Amino acid sequence: MTDRDAALFDCLLGLGDDRLVLGHVLSQWCGHGPVLEEDIACANIALDLIGQATLFLGMAGDVEGKGRDADALAYFRDAVDFRNHPLVELPRGDYAFTMVRQFLFSSFAFQVLGGLERSSHQELAGIAAKAAKENRYHLRHAAEWVVRMGDGTEESHSRAQAALDEAWRWTGTLFMPGPGEDLLTAEGIAPSLPALEPAWRAMVAEVTERATLALPEEPAPTGAGYRRADQTEHLGLLLAEMQIVARSHPGAEW
Amino acid sequence: MVTLSGRAAEVMEWLREVKDPEVPVVDIVELGIVRGAEVEGDRVRVDVTPTYSGCPAMRVIEEEIVAALRARGMGEVTVRTVFQPPWTTDWMTDEAKRKLAEYGIAPPGPATEEDPIQLGPTVRALACPFCGSEDTEVRSRFGSTACKSLHYCNACHQPFEHFKAI
Repeated sequence: MTDRDAALFDCLLGLGDDRLVLGHVLSQWCGHGPVLEEDIACANIALDLIGQATLFLGMAGDVEGKGRDADALAYFRDAVDFRNHPLVELPRGDYAFTMVRQFLFSSFAFQVLGGLERSSHQELAGIAAKAAKENRYHLRHAAEWVVRMGDGTEESHSRAQAALDEAWRWTGTLFMPGPGEDLLTAEGIAPSLPALEPAWRAMVAEVTERATLALPEEPAPTGAGYRRADQTEHLGLLLAEMQIVARSHPGAEW
Repeated sequence: MVTLSGRAAEVMEWLREVKDPEVPVVDIVELGIVRGAEVEGDRVRVDVTPTYSGCPAMRVIEEEIVAALRARGMGEVTVRTVFQPPWTTDWMTDEAKRKLAEYGIAPPGPATEEDPIQLGPTVRALACPFCGSEDTEVRSRFGSTACKSLHYCNACHQPFEHFKAI
Protein backbone atom coordinates (compact mmCIF):
# COMPACT_ATOMS: atom_id res chain seq x y z
CA MET A 1 0.00 0.00 0.00
CA THR A 2 1.11 3.54 -0.67
CA ASP A 3 1.27 5.90 2.32
CA ARG A 4 -1.92 7.50 1.12
CA ASP A 5 -3.74 4.18 0.88
CA ALA A 6 -2.48 3.22 4.34
CA ALA A 7 -3.92 6.47 5.70
CA LEU A 8 -7.19 5.86 3.86
CA PHE A 9 -7.36 2.29 5.18
CA ASP A 10 -6.89 3.56 8.73
CA CYS A 11 -9.47 6.30 8.24
CA LEU A 12 -12.04 3.81 6.88
CA LEU A 13 -11.38 1.40 9.74
CA GLY A 14 -12.01 4.26 12.16
CA LEU A 15 -15.32 5.12 10.47
CA GLY A 16 -16.38 1.48 10.31
CA ASP A 17 -15.25 0.47 13.80
CA ASP A 18 -16.99 3.40 15.52
CA ARG A 19 -20.27 2.31 13.92
CA LEU A 20 -19.79 -1.41 14.38
CA VAL A 21 -19.00 -1.06 18.09
CA LEU A 22 -21.68 1.53 18.85
CA GLY A 23 -24.22 -0.43 16.80
CA HIS A 24 -23.44 -3.52 18.84
CA VAL A 25 -23.72 -1.69 22.19
CA LEU A 26 -26.99 -0.10 21.10
CA SER A 27 -28.42 -3.42 19.93
CA GLN A 28 -28.24 -4.58 23.54
CA TRP A 29 -31.38 -2.52 24.18
CA CYS A 30 -33.33 -4.72 21.77
CA GLY A 31 -35.95 -6.42 23.93
CA HIS A 32 -34.96 -4.29 26.94
CA GLY A 33 -35.98 -0.77 25.88
CA PRO A 34 -37.69 1.45 28.48
CA VAL A 35 -40.77 1.66 26.22
CA LEU A 36 -41.62 -0.18 23.02
CA GLU A 37 -41.00 2.84 20.76
CA GLU A 38 -37.49 3.30 22.15
CA ASP A 39 -36.73 -0.40 21.92
CA ILE A 40 -37.61 -0.16 18.21
CA ALA A 41 -35.70 3.12 17.79
CA CYS A 42 -32.49 1.66 19.26
CA ALA A 43 -32.74 -1.45 17.10
CA ASN A 44 -33.29 0.72 14.00
CA ILE A 45 -30.38 3.02 14.78
CA ALA A 46 -28.16 0.01 15.53
CA LEU A 47 -29.17 -1.48 12.17
CA ASP A 48 -28.27 1.73 10.34
CA LEU A 49 -24.92 1.91 12.15
CA ILE A 50 -24.02 -1.70 11.44
CA GLY A 51 -25.08 -1.22 7.81
CA GLN A 52 -22.81 1.83 7.55
CA ALA A 53 -20.00 -0.15 9.23
CA THR A 54 -20.38 -2.89 6.60
CA LEU A 55 -19.94 -0.33 3.82
CA PHE A 56 -16.95 1.46 5.37
CA LEU A 57 -15.22 -1.79 6.34
CA GLY A 58 -15.93 -3.31 2.93
CA MET A 59 -14.26 -0.34 1.32
CA ALA A 60 -11.36 -0.60 3.79
CA GLY A 61 -10.85 -4.21 2.71
CA ASP A 62 -10.78 -3.15 -0.95
CA VAL A 63 -8.20 -0.44 -0.24
CA GLU A 64 -6.05 -2.89 1.72
CA GLY A 65 -6.21 -5.34 -1.17
CA LYS A 66 -5.53 -8.49 0.85
CA GLY A 67 -8.88 -10.10 0.22
CA ARG A 68 -10.40 -9.23 3.58
CA ASP A 69 -14.09 -8.34 3.37
CA ALA A 70 -16.22 -6.48 5.92
CA ASP A 71 -16.94 -9.69 7.86
CA ALA A 72 -13.27 -10.64 8.04
CA LEU A 73 -12.42 -7.20 9.40
CA ALA A 74 -15.32 -7.19 11.86
CA TYR A 75 -15.01 -10.69 13.24
CA PHE A 76 -11.36 -11.66 12.87
CA ARG A 77 -9.46 -8.68 14.20
CA ASP A 78 -8.54 -8.41 17.87
CA ALA A 79 -9.18 -5.43 20.13
CA VAL A 80 -5.70 -3.93 19.63
CA ASP A 81 -6.40 -3.58 15.91
CA PHE A 82 -9.68 -1.73 16.31
CA ARG A 83 -9.67 1.98 15.52
CA ASN A 84 -12.86 3.11 17.22
CA HIS A 85 -13.02 5.98 19.69
CA PRO A 86 -13.28 4.88 23.32
CA LEU A 87 -16.55 6.86 23.67
CA VAL A 88 -18.46 4.26 21.66
CA GLU A 89 -17.23 1.18 23.51
CA LEU A 90 -18.43 2.23 26.98
CA PRO A 91 -21.26 0.01 28.28
CA ARG A 92 -24.80 1.17 27.46
CA GLY A 93 -25.42 2.41 31.04
CA ASP A 94 -28.89 3.76 31.86
CA TYR A 95 -31.07 5.36 29.19
CA ALA A 96 -29.73 8.82 30.02
CA PHE A 97 -26.19 7.66 29.32
CA THR A 98 -27.28 5.85 26.16
CA MET A 99 -28.93 8.98 24.74
CA VAL A 100 -26.28 11.48 25.87
CA ARG A 101 -23.55 9.35 24.30
CA GLN A 102 -25.72 8.89 21.20
CA PHE A 103 -26.13 12.65 20.94
CA LEU A 104 -22.40 13.32 21.34
CA PHE A 105 -21.58 10.70 18.71
CA SER A 106 -24.30 11.65 16.19
CA SER A 107 -23.36 15.33 16.40
CA PHE A 108 -19.71 14.34 15.83
CA ALA A 109 -20.81 12.14 12.89
CA PHE A 110 -22.90 15.04 11.55
CA GLN A 111 -19.73 17.09 11.11
CA VAL A 112 -17.53 14.28 9.82
CA LEU A 113 -20.05 12.88 7.32
CA GLY A 114 -20.81 16.41 6.14
CA GLY A 115 -17.13 16.77 5.24
CA LEU A 116 -16.89 13.31 3.67
CA GLU A 117 -19.94 13.92 1.47
CA ARG A 118 -17.74 16.34 -0.45
CA SER A 119 -14.85 13.86 -0.71
CA SER A 120 -12.97 13.69 -4.00
CA HIS A 121 -13.23 9.91 -3.62
CA GLN A 122 -16.56 9.14 -5.32
CA GLU A 123 -17.37 5.89 -3.53
CA LEU A 124 -16.55 7.34 -0.12
CA ALA A 125 -18.63 10.44 -0.87
CA GLY A 126 -21.60 8.27 -1.85
CA ILE A 127 -21.45 6.10 1.27
CA ALA A 128 -21.04 9.18 3.47
CA ALA A 129 -23.98 10.95 1.82
CA LYS A 130 -26.23 7.98 2.54
CA ALA A 131 -24.97 7.69 6.13
CA ALA A 132 -25.46 11.44 6.61
CA LYS A 133 -29.16 11.16 5.74
CA GLU A 134 -29.61 8.37 8.28
CA ASN A 135 -27.58 10.21 10.87
CA ARG A 136 -29.89 13.24 10.76
CA TYR A 137 -32.66 11.04 12.16
CA HIS A 138 -30.34 9.64 14.84
CA LEU A 139 -29.15 13.07 15.84
CA ARG A 140 -32.59 14.54 16.10
CA HIS A 141 -33.86 11.59 18.11
CA ALA A 142 -30.95 11.76 20.58
CA ALA A 143 -31.08 15.56 20.89
CA GLU A 144 -34.79 15.36 21.72
CA TRP A 145 -34.08 12.87 24.50
CA VAL A 146 -31.22 14.95 25.91
CA VAL A 147 -33.56 17.94 26.17
CA ARG A 148 -36.48 15.86 27.46
CA MET A 149 -34.40 14.28 30.20
CA GLY A 150 -32.22 17.30 31.03
CA ASP A 151 -35.17 19.66 31.22
CA GLY A 152 -37.43 17.05 32.80
CA THR A 153 -37.82 15.89 36.39
CA GLU A 154 -35.24 16.24 39.14
CA GLU A 155 -34.41 12.55 38.71
CA SER A 156 -34.06 12.66 34.91
CA HIS A 157 -32.03 15.88 35.12
CA SER A 158 -29.55 14.46 37.61
CA ARG A 159 -29.15 11.30 35.55
CA ALA A 160 -28.65 13.25 32.32
CA GLN A 161 -26.10 15.51 34.00
CA ALA A 162 -24.21 12.52 35.42
CA ALA A 163 -24.27 10.92 31.96
CA LEU A 164 -22.91 14.08 30.36
CA ASP A 165 -20.15 14.42 32.98
CA GLU A 166 -19.07 10.84 32.33
CA ALA A 167 -19.43 10.75 28.54
CA TRP A 168 -17.73 14.13 28.13
CA ARG A 169 -14.49 12.73 29.53
CA TRP A 170 -14.28 10.48 26.46
CA THR A 171 -14.79 13.12 23.79
CA GLY A 172 -11.22 14.45 23.89
CA THR A 173 -9.98 12.22 21.09
CA LEU A 174 -12.94 12.63 18.71
CA PHE A 175 -11.36 15.31 16.56
CA MET A 176 -7.78 14.13 16.73
CA PRO A 177 -6.34 13.59 13.27
CA GLY A 178 -5.50 9.99 12.39
CA PRO A 179 -2.09 8.96 11.09
CA GLY A 180 -1.42 10.44 7.67
CA GLU A 181 -4.48 12.69 7.80
CA ASP A 182 -2.56 15.38 5.89
CA LEU A 183 -2.20 12.98 2.95
CA LEU A 184 -5.98 12.62 2.80
CA THR A 185 -6.82 16.30 3.28
CA ALA A 186 -4.25 17.30 0.64
CA GLU A 187 -6.18 15.31 -1.99
CA GLY A 188 -9.60 16.31 -0.71
CA ILE A 189 -10.41 12.72 0.29
CA ALA A 190 -11.25 13.47 3.92
CA PRO A 191 -11.84 16.68 5.88
CA SER A 192 -9.41 17.88 8.52
CA LEU A 193 -10.89 16.73 11.83
CA PRO A 194 -9.57 19.52 14.09
CA ALA A 195 -11.17 22.09 11.78
CA LEU A 196 -14.60 20.52 12.38
CA GLU A 197 -14.47 20.73 16.16
CA PRO A 198 -15.75 24.31 16.68
CA ALA A 199 -19.00 23.61 14.82
CA TRP A 200 -19.52 20.44 16.87
CA ARG A 201 -18.92 22.31 20.13
CA ALA A 202 -21.43 24.96 19.13
CA MET A 203 -24.06 22.29 18.42
CA VAL A 204 -23.38 20.49 21.71
CA ALA A 205 -23.51 23.78 23.61
CA GLU A 206 -26.82 24.73 22.01
CA VAL A 207 -28.56 21.46 22.86
CA THR A 208 -27.13 21.07 26.37
CA GLU A 209 -28.13 24.65 27.18
CA ARG A 210 -31.67 23.98 26.06
CA ALA A 211 -31.56 20.83 28.20
CA THR A 212 -30.47 22.95 31.21
CA LEU A 213 -27.37 20.78 31.50
CA ALA A 214 -23.96 22.15 32.41
CA LEU A 215 -21.12 21.26 30.08
CA PRO A 216 -18.05 20.32 32.11
CA GLU A 217 -15.66 23.25 32.12
CA GLU A 218 -12.52 21.18 32.06
CA PRO A 219 -11.47 20.20 28.55
CA ALA A 220 -11.89 16.49 27.95
CA PRO A 221 -8.58 14.67 28.38
CA THR A 222 -6.90 13.62 25.18
CA GLY A 223 -5.19 10.62 26.76
CA ALA A 224 -2.16 9.19 25.07
CA GLY A 225 -3.10 10.76 21.77
CA TYR A 226 -4.70 8.55 19.18
CA ARG A 227 -7.73 6.35 19.65
CA ARG A 228 -6.16 2.94 19.94
CA ALA A 229 -3.92 3.94 22.83
CA ASP A 230 -6.99 4.96 24.82
CA GLN A 231 -8.94 1.74 24.59
CA THR A 232 -10.80 0.70 27.69
CA GLU A 233 -11.26 -2.77 29.11
CA HIS A 234 -14.79 -2.81 27.69
CA LEU A 235 -13.80 -3.34 24.06
CA GLY A 236 -12.30 -6.80 24.58
CA LEU A 237 -15.41 -8.01 26.40
CA LEU A 238 -17.69 -6.58 23.74
CA LEU A 239 -15.72 -8.17 20.91
CA ALA A 240 -15.63 -11.52 22.68
CA GLU A 241 -19.41 -11.55 22.64
CA MET A 242 -19.71 -10.17 19.11
CA GLN A 243 -17.11 -12.43 17.51
CA ILE A 244 -17.66 -15.75 19.26
CA VAL A 245 -20.08 -17.29 16.75
CA ALA A 246 -18.09 -16.27 13.67
CA ARG A 247 -14.87 -17.55 15.22
CA SER A 248 -16.37 -20.80 16.44
CA HIS A 249 -17.82 -21.58 13.02
CA PRO A 250 -15.60 -19.84 10.46
CA GLY A 251 -17.21 -19.64 7.04
CA ALA A 252 -20.63 -20.62 8.34
CA GLU A 253 -23.61 -19.27 6.41
CA TRP A 254 -27.28 -19.14 7.28
CA MET B 1 -36.93 6.92 -12.51
CA VAL B 2 -34.33 6.11 -15.09
CA THR B 3 -35.09 6.30 -18.82
CA LEU B 4 -33.43 3.76 -21.03
CA SER B 5 -33.88 2.58 -24.56
CA GLY B 6 -34.08 -0.72 -26.39
CA ARG B 7 -33.31 -3.92 -24.54
CA ALA B 8 -32.37 -2.16 -21.34
CA ALA B 9 -35.85 -0.65 -21.26
CA GLU B 10 -37.28 -4.13 -21.73
CA VAL B 11 -35.20 -5.38 -18.77
CA MET B 12 -36.51 -2.48 -16.69
CA GLU B 13 -40.05 -3.54 -17.54
CA TRP B 14 -39.28 -7.12 -16.43
CA LEU B 15 -37.82 -5.80 -13.18
CA ARG B 16 -41.23 -4.39 -12.30
CA GLU B 17 -42.15 -7.94 -11.33
CA VAL B 18 -39.79 -7.62 -8.35
CA LYS B 19 -41.61 -6.10 -5.39
CA ASP B 20 -40.18 -4.50 -2.29
CA PRO B 21 -40.30 -7.49 0.12
CA GLU B 22 -41.23 -5.22 3.03
CA VAL B 23 -43.85 -3.20 1.14
CA PRO B 24 -45.07 -5.68 -1.48
CA VAL B 25 -47.42 -3.24 -3.25
CA VAL B 26 -44.58 -1.26 -4.84
CA ASP B 27 -42.01 -2.60 -7.27
CA ILE B 28 -38.30 -1.80 -7.20
CA VAL B 29 -38.40 0.31 -10.36
CA GLU B 30 -41.08 2.72 -9.15
CA LEU B 31 -39.33 2.79 -5.76
CA GLY B 32 -36.39 4.33 -7.60
CA ILE B 33 -33.68 1.92 -6.47
CA VAL B 34 -32.91 0.46 -9.91
CA ARG B 35 -30.44 2.94 -11.37
CA GLY B 36 -29.75 1.33 -14.71
CA ALA B 37 -29.32 -1.83 -16.74
CA GLU B 38 -26.79 -2.84 -19.38
CA VAL B 39 -27.49 -5.71 -21.72
CA GLU B 40 -25.03 -7.56 -23.93
CA GLY B 41 -26.33 -10.71 -25.59
CA ASP B 42 -27.89 -12.77 -22.82
CA ARG B 43 -25.77 -11.07 -20.16
CA VAL B 44 -27.20 -8.26 -18.09
CA ARG B 45 -25.89 -6.04 -15.33
CA VAL B 46 -28.37 -4.23 -13.12
CA ASP B 47 -27.32 -1.25 -11.00
CA VAL B 48 -29.14 -0.97 -7.70
CA THR B 49 -28.77 1.58 -4.92
CA PRO B 50 -29.76 0.74 -1.34
CA THR B 51 -32.53 2.60 0.45
CA TYR B 52 -30.81 2.47 3.85
CA SER B 53 -27.24 1.32 4.59
CA GLY B 54 -28.43 -1.56 6.74
CA CYS B 55 -31.60 -2.46 4.87
CA PRO B 56 -31.94 -6.24 5.28
CA ALA B 57 -34.23 -6.43 2.24
CA MET B 58 -31.42 -5.58 -0.18
CA ARG B 59 -30.05 -9.10 -0.35
CA VAL B 60 -33.50 -10.56 -0.98
CA ILE B 61 -34.07 -7.97 -3.69
CA GLU B 62 -30.78 -8.93 -5.40
CA GLU B 63 -31.74 -12.59 -5.37
CA GLU B 64 -35.17 -11.79 -6.79
CA ILE B 65 -33.66 -9.65 -9.57
CA VAL B 66 -31.48 -12.56 -10.62
CA ALA B 67 -34.42 -14.99 -10.48
CA ALA B 68 -36.76 -12.65 -12.42
CA LEU B 69 -34.29 -12.03 -15.24
CA ARG B 70 -33.26 -15.69 -15.49
CA ALA B 71 -36.93 -16.56 -15.86
CA ARG B 72 -37.01 -14.19 -18.84
CA GLY B 73 -34.17 -16.09 -20.48
CA MET B 74 -31.19 -13.99 -19.46
CA GLY B 75 -28.06 -16.08 -18.89
CA GLU B 76 -25.64 -14.20 -16.71
CA VAL B 77 -27.23 -11.68 -14.34
CA THR B 78 -25.06 -9.51 -12.13
CA VAL B 79 -26.29 -6.94 -9.66
CA ARG B 80 -23.99 -4.03 -8.91
CA THR B 81 -24.54 -1.81 -5.87
CA VAL B 82 -23.99 1.88 -6.55
CA PHE B 83 -23.90 4.59 -3.89
CA GLN B 84 -23.63 7.80 -5.84
CA PRO B 85 -25.96 9.67 -5.90
CA PRO B 86 -27.64 8.37 -2.73
CA TRP B 87 -31.25 7.22 -2.95
CA THR B 88 -33.94 9.67 -2.02
CA THR B 89 -37.68 9.13 -1.64
CA ASP B 90 -38.04 11.91 -4.24
CA TRP B 91 -37.22 9.24 -6.84
CA MET B 92 -40.39 7.34 -6.00
CA THR B 93 -43.05 7.73 -8.67
CA ASP B 94 -46.39 9.38 -7.88
CA GLU B 95 -47.99 6.05 -8.75
CA ALA B 96 -45.88 4.31 -6.06
CA LYS B 97 -46.86 6.97 -3.52
CA ARG B 98 -50.53 6.46 -4.37
CA LYS B 99 -50.15 2.69 -3.91
CA LEU B 100 -48.49 3.23 -0.52
CA ALA B 101 -51.38 5.40 0.66
CA GLU B 102 -53.88 2.81 -0.53
CA TYR B 103 -51.95 0.14 1.36
CA GLY B 104 -52.29 2.21 4.57
CA ILE B 105 -48.82 3.77 4.67
CA ALA B 106 -48.63 7.57 4.52
CA PRO B 107 -46.33 8.33 1.57
CA PRO B 108 -43.24 10.53 1.84
CA GLY B 109 -43.45 14.24 1.07
CA PRO B 110 -40.56 16.11 -0.57
CA ALA B 111 -37.21 15.27 1.06
CA THR B 112 -36.38 18.69 2.39
CA GLU B 113 -33.76 18.61 5.10
CA GLU B 114 -34.99 19.93 8.42
CA ASP B 115 -32.56 21.30 10.96
CA PRO B 116 -31.54 18.19 12.93
CA ILE B 117 -31.41 19.97 16.27
CA GLN B 118 -34.42 22.17 15.83
CA LEU B 119 -36.61 19.99 18.00
CA GLY B 120 -40.32 19.55 18.54
CA PRO B 121 -43.09 18.41 16.22
CA THR B 122 -42.41 18.09 12.50
CA VAL B 123 -43.29 21.14 10.47
CA ARG B 124 -45.35 19.30 7.89
CA ALA B 125 -48.71 17.91 9.01
CA LEU B 126 -49.10 14.34 7.86
CA ALA B 127 -52.46 13.19 6.54
CA CYS B 128 -53.88 9.97 7.98
CA PRO B 129 -53.96 7.34 5.20
CA PHE B 130 -57.28 6.00 6.56
CA CYS B 131 -59.46 9.08 7.12
CA GLY B 132 -57.41 11.88 5.58
CA SER B 133 -57.37 14.02 8.72
CA GLU B 134 -54.27 16.12 9.34
CA ASP B 135 -54.79 15.98 13.09
CA THR B 136 -52.02 13.41 13.53
CA GLU B 137 -48.95 13.11 15.69
CA VAL B 138 -45.57 11.37 15.60
CA ARG B 139 -45.29 8.45 17.99
CA SER B 140 -41.77 7.48 16.99
CA ARG B 141 -39.39 8.41 14.21
CA PHE B 142 -38.44 4.76 13.94
CA GLY B 143 -40.79 1.96 12.99
CA SER B 144 -41.12 -1.66 11.94
CA THR B 145 -38.59 -1.21 9.12
CA ALA B 146 -35.74 1.25 8.55
CA CYS B 147 -37.80 3.27 6.07
CA LYS B 148 -40.88 3.91 8.23
CA SER B 149 -41.94 5.96 11.26
CA LEU B 150 -44.92 5.51 13.59
CA HIS B 151 -47.84 7.96 13.81
CA TYR B 152 -51.25 8.24 15.38
CA CYS B 153 -54.42 9.82 14.03
CA ASN B 154 -56.34 11.82 16.64
CA ALA B 155 -59.43 11.94 14.42
CA CYS B 156 -60.02 8.23 13.67
CA HIS B 157 -57.80 6.94 16.50
CA GLN B 158 -55.78 4.67 14.25
CA PRO B 159 -52.05 4.18 14.53
CA PHE B 160 -50.41 4.27 11.09
CA GLU B 161 -47.02 4.11 9.44
CA HIS B 162 -45.32 6.72 7.31
CA PHE B 163 -42.68 6.11 4.67
CA LYS B 164 -40.05 8.62 5.82
CA ALA B 165 -38.86 11.29 3.40
CA ILE B 166 -35.11 10.92 3.10
